[in-house]
Amino acid sequence: MVVCVALCMTVGPYSGNRLALIVSFPSCAEKCMKCKEASPVLVIRVGDAFCKACFREYFVHKFRAMLGKNRAIYPGEKVLLALSGGPASSSMLRQVQEVSAPQRSNSLHLASLVCYSEGAVCGQSLAERGDTLLQMETILQASRFPYHLAHLEEVFDLPSSILQHAPHNPTGPKNSYKEAVEGFIRQQRREEGGSPSLPERQIQEKLAEVSLRDVPGMEGLADPEARLLAAVRTEQLIRLFGSVKTLTAKEELLQTLRNHLILHTARTQGYSKVMMGESCTRLAVKLLTNLSLGRGASLAMDTGFSDDRHGDVVVVRPMREYSAKEIAFYNHLFGVPTVFTPALDTKALEKASIHRVIERFVYGLQAEFPSTVSTVYRTGEKLSVTPGDASPAAEPERCLLCLCALDTNVGKCKRCLPAPG
Amino acid sequence: MPATCSACGTSPAALRRPKTGHALCRACFLAAFEEETHQAIVAGRLFRPGETVAIGASGGKDSTVLAHLLQLLDQRHGYGLRLLLLSVDEGIAGYRDASLAAVRRHQHRSGLPLHVVSYRQLYGWSMDRIARHLGPRNNCTFCGVFRRQALDRGALLMGADKIATGHNADDVAETVLMNFLRGDVGRLRRGAGAGPAGGEGAVPRCKPLRHAYEKEIVLYAYFQGLDYFSTECVYAPQAYRGYARALLKELEAARPSAVADLGHSGERLSLRSDLRMPARGTCQRCGYVASQPLCKACVLLEGLDRGLPKLGIGKHRRLRDKLQDGQPLTQEERRRLGALAEEEPPEEQVPLGELGRDEELWGKQELRGPRDLDF
Repeated sequence: MVVCVALCMTVGPYSGNRLALIVSFPSCAEKCMKCKEASPVLVIRVGDAFCKACFREYFVHKFRAMLGKNRAIYPGEKVLLALSGGPASSSMLRQVQEVSAPQRSNSLHLASLVCYSEGAVCGQSLAERGDTLLQMETILQASRFPYHLAHLEEVFDLPSSILQHAPHNPTGPKNSYKEAVEGFIRQQRREEGGSPSLPERQIQEKLAEVSLRDVPGMEGLADPEARLLAAVRTEQLIRLFGSVKTLTAKEELLQTLRNHLILHTARTQGYSKVMMGESCTRLAVKLLTNLSLGRGASLAMDTGFSDDRHGDVVVVRPMREYSAKEIAFYNHLFGVPTVFTPALDTKALEKASIHRVIERFVYGLQAEFPSTVSTVYRTGEKLSVTPGDASPAAEPERCLLCLCALDTNVGKCKRCLPAPG
Repeated sequence: MPATCSACGTSPAALRRPKTGHALCRACFLAAFEEETHQAIVAGRLFRPGETVAIGASGGKDSTVLAHLLQLLDQRHGYGLRLLLLSVDEGIAGYRDASLAAVRRHQHRSGLPLHVVSYRQLYGWSMDRIARHLGPRNNCTFCGVFRRQALDRGALLMGADKIATGHNADDVAETVLMNFLRGDVGRLRRGAGAGPAGGEGAVPRCKPLRHAYEKEIVLYAYFQGLDYFSTECVYAPQAYRGYARALLKELEAARPSAVADLGHSGERLSLRSDLRMPARGTCQRCGYVASQPLCKACVLLEGLDRGLPKLGIGKHRRLRDKLQDGQPLTQEERRRLGALAEEEPPEEQVPLGELGRDEELWGKQELRGPRDLDF
């Protein structure tokens, strides 16, 4: 994902800064502010020095709290994690593993991963792509979750239903969150005491095997015909992106296709929730970018915690309260493996796209005014998903590509109405 | 061979429109620009026949083009408006005096009546004097707050039904960006300056040029040979708007439609309905529209008169509470409110009139200032 690549590069300097930070604030660095015992290893905000163990607890708790507070994931629900290999999504994977301890009733043990590969349009050669994929697969296999690899080339085979809003599955968990949790616990107790059911681990391994066999690229590589088809697809994809003139439009195209691909994977594999690893910093950039692209009406949908525009598949963003810096520290301290992949805007000029201009602006302002990212993020929190002038009963007309409610009805908006008097 | 005009197909093109990318000749551009402004006025139903419209005239390009266009379109399409020029003299030497001269020249040519209101006459402080007390920063906060009221008062004085200002698409886009960066929900809801027809002040306002790109306004003024004044205000370089402005220019370079897109986004933002919004009330001292017990101008003036110019800027609620209780401030606290170090503390605390006695007033005061950003 574009997201993660940009952040990836910041890991170096951050880890270098760590010692300097602590040395320059001896007063707050003497003891961890949480346990008051261990010596701290990093300062999150000014004055908040954490030791390694407390930082980990703080970090994991934040993830769990995020899911708990929003009551996003129902027990036993199948969750798909969208991974790019970058810091944020890799960190998200680790968090899911942390909270997936089997004794917890709200654990996410039905999680699985979709890893997308878009090297073709980001200027990676075939050899480099193979290398990246290999690294990814190592990480995926080590996670022991079932996984799917999605190549951007597959967008040419997507069904047209991907452009449709599917109504929410009525047989799904309609009752309250609390009831669902209780029901799940009851069911678990029955399984423990009753008939010999397959242990969780075995089911997972079975699932993993199944999904491994599902991956089309795996055995396909041996087949020359399939390889030729893949090459044609790649060629098609490169031509598609080549026909788009500006980098801004390319970024938007890639984002749309990527979302469609993830949605397709979720639908075909029967997942009702997809987790995306966008951090607070990334979301601040996205808010301002989309604002500049005229997507003011759908900002809340694009950046909110839960995004139900597709109807049957809900996208959630559990990493949205972590800053890029926190994530970088976490990955560094706890050895979270990440994969570096170039993005569309890697090595592009500073003013090449709206995305890039905004990103540079936000990072620059953040260096001067450390509250920039959080202020923008909180502004985004105050936005509403439903347009102000929409009638609640009517189903809104939706955009074909992003499935957000159309905002192009140039009727009389409230500001255009004649002035009183 | 130079490109030919894409509208008439005969004359050589004189420009490529930033907004649409079309190559147009001079005559076609002027016609298109005038027609678009007319459409904006008609579609937005900005004016009614017989209304008196005060044009906020600074002498700069936007207001000069606006005054020219309104006069032209009024004649051409018969809006039936009585047009006036209204200028505010902030008292900034080397800037406003020269721009007011441009307004006067325009007045002579156009024959529109002109009225000038000055900060000195309205508030007893000129911007230059304020800046001497305040230092280089935050001047735009004072100037902006004061001008908003000054325009309203001038318009009331002249019996105007409406104020038309020369805000262009770039200004609107900057404001959207700025309010978003500051998290100013109140202003975002009010349409981020996208021309609330109801207006915030006493006199309704409109922005007939709010869909016009700054570049096109400059080109229009250039092709029409309009005489305007173009120098940046001497206090502007320190303003926070500069960040938004620089960003907008880069965005426009990357994708010209970004300016219009930002305006559209600003109009279409929908805020959560459960947010606590500042309620519209009136200032207890001057009766002007305010979301707080005192309007911002009165708070700023109070600060100036007490020798604590930063009283109304940033978060000094605790200090304001202290003042309200009649407690003396320490030297350090006075310094934080911008008092000069060498200045002797005032002999006695001047009571705040009826405000000094009211317990609640200052306590409730919560000015929505910039979030640690200089505005």
